[in-house]
Amino acid sequence: MSGATAKKTNSGGKRAAPAKSPAPARAVKQTPRATPKVVRLTAADMAEKQREISVSEFFTKNRHLLGFDSPAKALLTTVKEAVDNALDACEEAGILPDLILEIQEVNETRYRVSVQDNGPGIVKAQVPRIFGQLLYGSKFHRLRQSRGQQGIGISAAAMYGQLTTGRAIGVISKTGAGKPAHRFEIQIDTRANRPVVVADHEVEWIPAHGTRVELEIEATYKKGRHSVDGYVEQTAMANPHAQIVYVDPKGERVEYPRVAQELPVPPKEIKPHPHGVELGILLKMLHETKAKNLQGFLTSEFSRVSAASADEIAKTAMLPPSYSPHKAARDQAEALYKAIQVTKLMAPPANVLSPIGEELLLAGMKKQVEAKFYAATSRSPAVYRGNPFCVEAALAFGGEALPGDELITMLRFANRVPLLYQQSACAVSKSVTQTNWKAYGLQQSRGALPTAPMLLMVHIASVWVPFTSESKEAVASYPEIMKEIKLALMDVGRKLGIYIRRGLRESDEEKKRSYIEKYIPHIGIALQEILGIDDKERDKVCATLKDTLERSRT
Amino acid sequence: MSENLVPKIKKEAQGVEDQILKKKKPMMKFPVRSLANVKYAEKAGYFEIRGMKKERTLTVNTVKTFAQTLRMMALSKTLVETDDIATKREAYYVSKNWGDARFLEQTESDTVMDDVEALFEVNREQMGFVPEEKGGDISGALIVVDKDTDTGKPIRIDCTQFGSGAYSIPISVEHLKFETKAKFILVIETAGMFQRLVKHGYWKKANCILVSMGGVPTRACRRFIRRLADDKKLPVYVFVDGDPYGISNIYRTFKVGSGNAAHINEFFCVPQARFLGITPQDIIDYKLPTHPLKEVDVKRAKDAIKNDPFFKHHKAWAKAMEHLVSMGVRAEQQALAAHGLNYVIDEYLPQKIAHPERFLP
Repeated sequence: MSGATAKKTNSGGKRAAPAKSPAPARAVKQTPRATPKVVRLTAADMAEKQREISVSEFFTKNRHLLGFDSPAKALLTTVKEAVDNALDACEEAGILPDLILEIQEVNETRYRVSVQDNGPGIVKAQVPRIFGQLLYGSKFHRLRQSRGQQGIGISAAAMYGQLTTGRAIGVISKTGAGKPAHRFEIQIDTRANRPVVVADHEVEWIPAHGTRVELEIEATYKKGRHSVDGYVEQTAMANPHAQIVYVDPKGERVEYPRVAQELPVPPKEIKPHPHGVELGILLKMLHETKAKNLQGFLTSEFSRVSAASADEIAKTAMLPPSYSPHKAARDQAEALYKAIQVTKLMAPPANVLSPIGEELLLAGMKKQVEAKFYAATSRSPAVYRGNPFCVEAALAFGGEALPGDELITMLRFANRVPLLYQQSACAVSKSVTQTNWKAYGLQQSRGALPTAPMLLMVHIASVWVPFTSESKEAVASYPEIMKEIKLALMDVGRKLGIYIRRGLRESDEEKKRSYIEKYIPHIGIALQEILGIDDKERDKVCATLKDTLERSRT
Repeated sequence: MSENLVPKIKKEAQGVEDQILKKKKPMMKFPVRSLANVKYAEKAGYFEIRGMKKERTLTVNTVKTFAQTLRMMALSKTLVETDDIATKREAYYVSKNWGDARFLEQTESDTVMDDVEALFEVNREQMGFVPEEKGGDISGALIVVDKDTDTGKPIRIDCTQFGSGAYSIPISVEHLKFETKAKFILVIETAGMFQRLVKHGYWKKANCILVSMGGVPTRACRRFIRRLADDKKLPVYVFVDGDPYGISNIYRTFKVGSGNAAHINEFFCVPQARFLGITPQDIIDYKLPTHPLKEVDVKRAKDAIKNDPFFKHHKAWAKAMEHLVSMGVRAEQQALAAHGLNYVIDEYLPQKIAHPERFLP
């Protein structure tokens, strides 16, 4: 509507104030008060339009939340979800992972991704739901350090493929040597968030066990650090126990050999720590528990709650220990919640995590880049919101491979998964820029990454990594996490500082020596010219002076 | 003086060698070359050095400068012994044979030269180093007695016989003798004003000797006038632009010397000089056309009032400078042409010279 029309309507209304507006439909938008003819919806009308939104429908519309916002990112996210699942499966089964990742170009905007692992395979009955239903998985309902957390990833990739190419996800799985391999093709009923098995055959498959996932998606392939290439390279770095073969769309085959011959210590599953539980979840847990009384509920559903501390919580909440959790209403839950917050409890068990470890961090770094100096640190676990976590950092400094006049290269990992996007929103980046690298002999502008020939890697392992969004690209800035990251950075920074200062001292020494060599002969020549001394005396003067200066520190 | 320079150089070098052989780090002491190291001795009439010294110890960081200083001393000794000279520029080029100890810019060699000069408290001409710059021009009732460079026979140079040209002050003036009946010496800042006075034979009319400085007077120019004025007991009047540069740089340096070459001010100053004009008061009295003072001018003037021992000593001068700053303008010598090209000859100079007691000190 143009401004002129609006004016006209207004002045018209003024002249014939009580009369009906000539254009009621328009007037609705402008002057809602003078609109007797407006059709208002009744609650009943609205109810007709109100219906359940399925998770799949929601994500069809909001694919960016899952990391499918651009064709280039879609390729990366798809690869990432498939590789994360494959590594998780192998590790849980205690198998050293052997991965084959292949990306084929169907045409410029369409790619076929296949990821094959030597994991335990998937029981036939579970395959459709794992790949064809969003928010279905083994990882959401437990607290254990793993790559996947929510059970969205691979099914979201499948859905994306289905939406953009119409092709169903293909899955081959074999659970043991004597058992048949099955090939499925699964589509997602996005309305109902339910899998539809399009095909299911027994197939000949040579590996003893494992899973192979094939997806055809709309995507573009790019080279570089933010691409699949970078992702695979960094994944190999953070997973030195895995062997990864990567065949890129140009048909080039890159092999990342296994560096560590042992699996990392398997992370343990823990129950939530009371201090990390929110009121709503507490209420839900109260209703769903099998425990008969409050004491039983607290000691069985949470970690670090003894019978004594359970009684203390109950007392503070003014509830009897025998109180039935199923009866708890909001008020009781809130009293309980407040009681939990004020009760002193042991920190959650920290030995449940599986960090990479200093030694393997260094090995991974050395494999990744040739540098003059390496340092790594693996900090002891800490706790945020009742969740144990652990920060590790490693750096490589100097050498031809690293450019000296640019900002450092920073690699972020969460539970061994490289994070490639949203660098500036991440707690890691914030911690790096807030650290004073000048103290360790590097150049750094205010609020920026340091400028140095350096590769820096930060890894956060946790039973629950708090990401800023579902696409898992940036770690949320909890103060406890930021603090630990900074301490880890200071740790490697100090080691680097010692190295750099030693280097400076050595180059100072070098300069000093060359200065002495260069200029002392001239003092000899001048003294000879002025005093007429012979060559022998001149040389003696030079030698003595050289000796005197070399012994002095200034 | 140059006769005892060689022993001085040898003594210094011997000291360095002795220290080295005693396994000590050799050290040389240089006078500080800045205004902070001078005081105005009114009786003597010039900036006297106050004796502040900086020590230069041979360390890793100073080994290069130390080597260059010693090599510069060696070059000076050679020049003196062979009765040769080298311009500052030539000395810089000689250093190009010194390998790693060579100078990269002439400013570096000039600084080392100035240090050596101050170390031995001589002037660089005595060390065999001469500047490229001209000494200044002379015209008027003066006969300069010089020596023929080949035969050593005296040559009489009559400064009235240069027509519209002028006699050029040589770089070394110590051997010159003078004959004159002039009543005073008029020292002029700009060549343009000098030309006008020469052309119209002002020196005949006023019975004086005209000197053109061409900006800040060279050492030779100052020395020449000093010797001439001392020898013939002549008053010296200085005629420069009425701005902070003409007053604090040109006139101050001419009369009492500088901080940079404090060790030789005794010889290179003209304490009997008096300031004829252009004074700040002249700007008003003669209604001279002016230009506004630039920021650097104001800074220079304020700095002189605050830090320069000469201006701190002479209240009249401090007042005149403040007057100039408060007016916020400057006037050039040639501004007098606004009242007619020869106004300077017919009116200004005669009026001024009639009352030398009114000149600024």
